[in-house]
Amino acid sequence: MHYTPNEPDLNSSVMKSPILTIAKYTFFEALKNRLFAIMIISLICVFGLIEFVGELAITESGQIQAGITALVVRLFAVFITCLFVITSMVREFNDKTLDVLLSFPVSRQTYYYAKLLGFLLLAVFIVVLVSLLLLFYADPIQVMFWSLSLLCELLILISLCLLFLFTFGSITTAFTTVIAFYLLTRSMDSIRLISESPLLETTSFAQAFIDFLVDAIAFVLPGLNQFARTEWLVYETGSVSDLYPVLVQTAIYTVLVSAAALFDFYRKNF
Amino acid sequence: MKFHRGNERPISDVPPVIVLVLLLAFTAQTAWHYTRPEPVASASELPAPPPFDFMRLASLGDPVALSGITMLWLQSFDNQPGISIPFNQLDYTRLIGWLDLILKLNGKMMYPLLAASRLYGEVPDDAKKRQMLEFVYRKFLDDPDRRWPALAHAVFVAKHRLKDLPLALRYASALSEKTTPSAVPFWARQMDIYVLEDMGELESAKVLVGGLLESGTIKDPQELEFLQQRLETLEKQLEEKRQSEKSN
Repeated sequence: MHYTPNEPDLNSSVMKSPILTIAKYTFFEALKNRLFAIMIISLICVFGLIEFVGELAITESGQIQAGITALVVRLFAVFITCLFVITSMVREFNDKTLDVLLSFPVSRQTYYYAKLLGFLLLAVFIVVLVSLLLLFYADPIQVMFWSLSLLCELLILISLCLLFLFTFGSITTAFTTVIAFYLLTRSMDSIRLISESPLLETTSFAQAFIDFLVDAIAFVLPGLNQFARTEWLVYETGSVSDLYPVLVQTAIYTVLVSAAALFDFYRKNF
Repeated sequence: MKFHRGNERPISDVPPVIVLVLLLAFTAQTAWHYTRPEPVASASELPAPPPFDFMRLASLGDPVALSGITMLWLQSFDNQPGISIPFNQLDYTRLIGWLDLILKLNGKMMYPLLAASRLYGEVPDDAKKRQMLEFVYRKFLDDPDRRWPALAHAVFVAKHRLKDLPLALRYASALSEKTTPSAVPFWARQMDIYVLEDMGELESAKVLVGGLLESGTIKDPQELEFLQQRLETLEKQLEEKRQSEKSN
């Protein structure tokens, strides 16, 4: 958000409706950074790659194309959203925009929700763009389920980006932590299955401790591997009932992470 | 910082030594590349498949997408940079390990089984053909109603390529016995009748058709009519066979 205090319109709109104004400028920043232009170019490249993949397959080419497209665009959406959220926030800290905004009668909580809303709006656009590509390869209803679920995944990641940025304060550390967290969350079910495998069954204290640790970690992680599932697109198995756990998990985890982020944010000195 | 043409300073502002170093470095790079040996194509062996847990972990919770990527990689393993390896030179034990691994990642995927019967099962090496057909048969038994197309092709390979009618009958019988009528088309479930006919086992074929008609499992009128016609044809063939045996 590139804000200068001598802009009268902005001054008054921040005073009237701070959440909407800050959210709007957060979203406009993405437009100014040509984020969507880069996304469209990237998605055209992905389309070319997926068409090539379709030529390689001798059977089930549509299903393979849908599966690989879902994987690529989901990772793409996650990386680009996290990177933008973190760099945008760091720029705001460095430009002292946050200091200026907090000099208005705007609480830190309001600022946090405004940024979350702005980034969520950005995530909606990103999801819409990647879903358009998926429509070439999958059933529209399934794409809708998948897209809604991806949006929930991005909302959790946006709040995590804000939390880790408030905690660590640097782009490298925050981005690495978010991505490590994401990969761990996506793999957690596999890790639990491996740790519970009969091949590893021993009665040693170390094994029991590891099992306990893995289970304990899983308790505090969101089940992101149940989000935006590729089989919905490939085998058309998604249904409204699959979305309920996604929505509930998103609501709980976004509140949890936001509370943690606000706890950290309120303790910061600027 | 934004870069616009109008904002750029002229090239003359760059110190000559920088330009010189740039040109020298570019020349050195091209010269270095020229002195390097040309890459030589060398075929690498199909690696042993990794443990399933490793692949599950590597999929980052998306085994369906990883199964597709792995299948395409495996299928194109015969085309390595600058060299092409015939399928029959692949290590079939490892190949089956990979196909099995892909099926474990995504049990709904038909690709590995169709590749096994149509691609790897068509090599000019009977032992390898049999290896692949047995793999298809084993995997068919895990989910017959979904995986029947691969076994149907295996019947074709066993009958026409391997000329092994007992093997074809074994697969065809499995198609008939292990699948449910509503999930599998009629022609696939009746392949055993044709194999028996080809084997000259007309009496067995007749018993099989008669049994099907009497069992009441077939409800479709067209299927019933077709089976009735087959039964009549078989009876005629049997009669002709008996008469020719008497006259001899």
